[in-house]
Amino acid sequence: MLNIGILKQGIVIDHIKAGGAMKIYTYLNLEHLDCSVAIIKNARSNKMKRKDIIKIEGTLDINLDILGALDHKITINIIKDGEIIEKKNPTLPDQVENVLVCKNPRCITSVEKSVPHSFKLTDRENGIYRCLYCEQGI
Amino acid sequence: MRHVISPTDLNLSELNELLELSEDIIKNPKKYSEACHRKKLATLFYEPSTRTRLSFEAAMLNLGGSILGFSSSDSSSAAKGESVADTIRVISSYADICAIRHPKEGAPLVASLHSSIPIINAGDGGHNHPTQTFTDLLTIRNLKGRLDNLTVGFCGDLKFGRTVHSLIGALSRYENINFVLISPEELKVPDYLKEEVIKARKIPYKEVISLEDSIPELDILYMTRVQKERFFNEEDYIRLKDTYILTSKKMSLAKEDMLVLHPLPRVNEISVEVDSDPRAVYFKQAEFGVYVRMALIMLLLRESEGRPQC
Repeated sequence: MLNIGILKQGIVIDHIKAGGAMKIYTYLNLEHLDCSVAIIKNARSNKMKRKDIIKIEGTLDINLDILGALDHKITINIIKDGEIIEKKNPTLPDQVENVLVCKNPRCITSVEKSVPHSFKLTDRENGIYRCLYCEQGI
Repeated sequence: MRHVISPTDLNLSELNELLELSEDIIKNPKKYSEACHRKKLATLFYEPSTRTRLSFEAAMLNLGGSILGFSSSDSSSAAKGESVADTIRVISSYADICAIRHPKEGAPLVASLHSSIPIINAGDGGHNHPTQTFTDLLTIRNLKGRLDNLTVGFCGDLKFGRTVHSLIGALSRYENINFVLISPEELKVPDYLKEEVIKARKIPYKEVISLEDSIPELDILYMTRVQKERFFNEEDYIRLKDTYILTSKKMSLAKEDMLVLHPLPRVNEISVEVDSDPRAVYFKQAEFGVYVRMALIMLLLRESEGRPQC
């Protein structure tokens, strides 16, 4: 495992599906944060074979459950004084707006930019969201 | 404000009320000839349609109401780039109820979110077409006498056919329904529909390729067109299109009271010789479409808040 360094205080988003880190990085606007952010791509994992990890230094005031809509298998570790003080899996929100993007070219959201990208959770077990308008799954 | 965007927007009790009212209209059409006097239906058709638009317009005229609208996006403000939301805000002040057809999926839902009058989805791309589903249900109920205890065969393009998906969803809410899904491998019912509707509701079903083998067990045969453009391989299309031409010979294998439905337009998947078979009810089905739309317009106007009942 590549060693990025010990995090004193912050958040580690673990078990991100390999290749999915940038989606979360972009959604969280991490490029605008002043603190250190490490993205580890394709880390070896016993459970997933390959996974991505994001380490964020400092505090982050966001609803982390929203991240479940982007990747329902992630684990969020809250770090304080170099220790994991809380480990949680996000509770999938029933509906999200402008978190996921509908890629169906036949969907009204593809032509009317003022229409928000709204998704509803239709399968909690498998983390499947469907576009509110065209019902395409993601 | 009540809208009908998807066939399941009406619960079973409301659906029953709709179908009962439709049946009464069939029996006594004159009784309803002034039911929507002075009411206006806006038909916003962003893409061409023959049957659906005329059926909606005939329905409103039969109720003594008036119609206004457009029949293609070229003749509307959409050509100038106006959004669906803005269009419906304006139309809401011109009409009492609106039927909208749009090539983009979800457009009627967007309209409903900005409308102060009831919106009826008259078809949004390959997505929903609730009044077609209500028409199908009325046809089965009127001619078969029930919507439960049925073995329903769907034949043809089960992958892209929105009418098939909607009717599967609607019939899944009734007791003792069996589905026989007859299609080529390339045009099977999508997995999500099987998982989230058919299996989730524990509906017995089977997927088969041969129409001849399955037709004897069916109470309803819902035919759809196999679309050539869906095939990657010309040979497969040529081989499969003949399998799904319903002929008198195949009808001879069916039950005496089996019904053949088709959402139309029919191209060549039902031989014209079948038209004279009393079990072929697809033209009756198109006629019922007017009655069910009359009933839906009446019920939605009745529910619309702060407006006189019709």
